[in-house]
Amino acid sequence: MRAQAFAQGNVLNYTPPRKLVAKPGAVVASALPLELRSGYHVNSNTPSDEYLIPLRLTWNPGPLAATGFAFPQPRMEKYSFSEKPLSVFTGDFQIVTHFKAAANAAPGPATLTGKLRYQACNDKMCLPPKTLDVSLQFEIVK
Amino acid sequence: MSRIQAAAAALALALVVAGCSRPSNAPTSELKPETQRKPAPNFSLKDADGKPVNLTDFRGKVVLVNFWATWCGPCEAEIPWFIEFEQKYKDRGFAVLGVSMDDDGWKSVRPFVASHKINYRIVIGSEVVSQQFGEINALPTSFVLDRQGRIATSHEGLIDKVDYQNEIVKLLEAPQTATVGDAGAGQFAGLAGAGVRSGQRP
Repeated sequence: MRAQAFAQGNVLNYTPPRKLVAKPGAVVASALPLELRSGYHVNSNTPSDEYLIPLRLTWNPGPLAATGFAFPQPRMEKYSFSEKPLSVFTGDFQIVTHFKAAANAAPGPATLTGKLRYQACNDKMCLPPKTLDVSLQFEIVK
Repeated sequence: MSRIQAAAAALALALVVAGCSRPSNAPTSELKPETQRKPAPNFSLKDADGKPVNLTDFRGKVVLVNFWATWCGPCEAEIPWFIEFEQKYKDRGFAVLGVSMDDDGWKSVRPFVASHKINYRIVIGSEVVSQQFGEINALPTSFVLDRQGRIATSHEGLIDKVDYQNEIVKLLEAPQTATVGDAGAGQFAGLAGAGVRSGQRP
């Protein structure tokens, strides 16, 4: 897809996270603030149906390695099209990534890039799955 | 009546009117006049058995072409209605054709079709076909075709079951102005005949 077959703006947008500063070998965390257009929801990272597409954040390999994610508590929302409540995120929320800086990370500024995949719907229709490019500025210090 | 009372009354009236009106994405459930209907673009896609399905195969029938996906909740809500329509109206010359827009094709669609006991034909869509039908912004998006293969109406998003039903019945009961297979160039156009004006489906 077929995903390209759809004309779609982004209903989910992110604010670039604060610059992260880490020492080699340190464990740090960064929050990715997200803003979802009013009236829409995205499936949570643990959707309530096997066919639903989960929210997923991935970071490319780099001096900072993602070691875990903390998603907000999903809301169980009932929509007119579904008999059962769905596990979703709405409004403003954030995903926290825990990183470990490589022990041999070279000092200096750099950028980590990643992907945020989501699939949004409102009460009447769904938009195709979409992948946002995300980035994180960081600096390795002695 | 004071100004405040008058303003409150006006506001109350406006709220009542707004409450009675349909949501912005709801259809008018009205069919286009025949003279304004454009031929549906033809396509050839494969069904679960790998057999080609052409829209021209449905010539002479009223057809509901439904773009959908397994990950689309509102699409799933419509499926029982379409199963019912297929069963109820197929002997009168009606058919549903589901065009799945799932990225992974039959891998997701095949078990979904089985578990939902879908009784109408399903094909896997393509970007080309989606473009042929105009700018599809969201799912579900459906096109209701008359017996001449022209787009009588279209809907983006979930609508009321009764709206579909009314449209189907109207088209089934409409006098047949062209003999099946006699529509010539007017029936099921190629890509060139499927142009879409901004903000309006073909």
